[in-house]
Amino acid sequence: MKHKDDVQITTVNKLNDIKPFWNGAFNLIFIIYALCCIVPLVLIIGISFTDEKTITVHGYNFIPKVFSLEAYKWVVKTGEAIFRAYGISIFVTIVGTLVSLAIIAMFSYVISRKDFKHRNKFAFIVFFTMIFNGGLVPWYMVYVNILHMNNTIFALIVPSLANAWYVMIMRTFYQTNVPDSLIESAKIDGAGEFRIFIQIVLPLAKAGLATVGLFQCLQYWNDWYLPLMFVDDANLFNLQYLLYKTLAAIQYLSQAANLPQGSQALANLPSETARMAMCTLAIGPIIIAYPFFQKYFVKGLTVGAVKG
Amino acid sequence: MGVTRTEVKEAAVPLKAKKKTGFLRDIVKNKVLYVMMLPLLVVLFFNNYLPMAGVLIAFKNYQYHGNNFFENFFLSDWVGFRNFEFFTATPDAFTITRNTLGYNFIFIFLGLVVSVFFAILLNEIKNKFLSKFYQASMLLPYFMSWIVVSYIVFALFGEEKGFVNKSLLPALGMQEVSWYADPMKWPFILTFVNIWKLTGYNTVIYIAAIAGIDQEFYEAAIVDGASKWQQIRSITIPLLKTLMIILTLLAVGKVFYSDFGLFFQVPRNTGALYDTTQTIDTYVYNALRNLNDVGMASASGLYQSVCGFVLVMISNLIVRKIDPEQALF
Repeated sequence: MKHKDDVQITTVNKLNDIKPFWNGAFNLIFIIYALCCIVPLVLIIGISFTDEKTITVHGYNFIPKVFSLEAYKWVVKTGEAIFRAYGISIFVTIVGTLVSLAIIAMFSYVISRKDFKHRNKFAFIVFFTMIFNGGLVPWYMVYVNILHMNNTIFALIVPSLANAWYVMIMRTFYQTNVPDSLIESAKIDGAGEFRIFIQIVLPLAKAGLATVGLFQCLQYWNDWYLPLMFVDDANLFNLQYLLYKTLAAIQYLSQAANLPQGSQALANLPSETARMAMCTLAIGPIIIAYPFFQKYFVKGLTVGAVKG
Repeated sequence: MGVTRTEVKEAAVPLKAKKKTGFLRDIVKNKVLYVMMLPLLVVLFFNNYLPMAGVLIAFKNYQYHGNNFFENFFLSDWVGFRNFEFFTATPDAFTITRNTLGYNFIFIFLGLVVSVFFAILLNEIKNKFLSKFYQASMLLPYFMSWIVVSYIVFALFGEEKGFVNKSLLPALGMQEVSWYADPMKWPFILTFVNIWKLTGYNTVIYIAAIAGIDQEFYEAAIVDGASKWQQIRSITIPLLKTLMIILTLLAVGKVFYSDFGLFFQVPRNTGALYDTTQTIDTYVYNALRNLNDVGMASASGLYQSVCGFVLVMISNLIVRKIDPEQALF
């Protein structure tokens, strides 16, 4: 009987498959769109491996007409600022992600506890930040004129530490994955609150932590906004901001290229190919971690979107 | 029955006192839990709540008297709504509001259509490996920073060496175009870039929703001889409707906000393009950091916050009517 059912379902599913023509058409649409998404990155990487003179003559192109490693050699040779920026990016990403993960995980655990009386009040405190904000100016002044964090590494970390949305995701995650009875019985066994959190709750929330950690990792790695707001000291530029500054400087100087000092300064800046090599270095870690990223990202999106 | 009146009175006093100190008592009782909440509360206090109080700057003629915020704040004069009058008197107020709202409505509409379309199509792809590959490729732009995207746009549309001007247009026998000097080109570029970057993200959300639809609906429909198109029209789309409405309403609640990265980095903050690329967010930034006009920046910023707040409240009210589970609060 069971076997017959299975057969029926498979034949039904077969009947329900789309016609080969439409399957081909849909695949074609997606191949074109997938190319639209991948090819621009290939353009960046392609330019970084192209000979500089070829670019001056033929402009940017997807496949290097003349292959060259000159750009990467230049980065290695003269790239002290680049390596420094890379270091800043790595440091900020690691420290920022870990600290933010820790404070979000602790806070959302407390407000997920049904036996915690004031949980809804504290949830609202977080929640209200999603509904109203003071705007850019007071926010900027708090960091610059009250905390005096401008031109320090803290300015690249602190403003992104808390995020109401991730608190909500984590709270939902605890509520659905950590049974109350488990906490109750641990308490009866005499375990302290913090020990319960570290030894019992966190291991059960691993997937949620991975998702939020991933989002935060991406946030810190791709950040250029905080340096734009708070950092003038070139020693604290992260990789993204260094890229921004370089392109901005080139644009500014090429407008002033008819001035003698303008063209002089322009000659000292990284070449077209070197810039694209820097850009490739910024994309690199994301591409390498991509399979991992994508898996948890999709998971997190479904948790966050379907049940906020 | 042996309880005297005085005894009752005595019992009532501690009960009242207990209620008064209930919160403090809770802190003592659950001190570990409160310590665990503290770090995030401190960050929120400085990052979110202090700036909320700071909106009062918009009603002051903010002057720098020193490097201390409170000193500056208290020594500056109150000017009432004068900053807002200055702001609304500029032609910029209209332009940036039009741009912010206009782009947002285009993005919401196109984003919805494209991502639902892709989600339904992707769900029909037979080969699961290919379907995973398409999904992964579509998400790729979402993971790129706006800086990288601005490099890509510059590599494509740059005046002197851009791919479009150097390779594509000559191949089609067309003249070169000064992309970064013509504001009328940018609504198209920005819309395309925005859809390109976010479609993968939104498609994944709708794919998850489609995966959650009970297969029995489709089986019953097949037995009744429904075609694929009929199944999509009468099962998939109606069942996705609630999610579509909710995500749209939540997006409508945010139409006074724009993606700073898209409007600042992609057009490279080019003055010649402001007419079609400047939004409230980039305007506030430029007023604060490039013009140093604290009054104008804080007035336009507060204008955005208040309009945004009202819209979020309204849209959330409607969302709650449709599905209380999905409402923000």
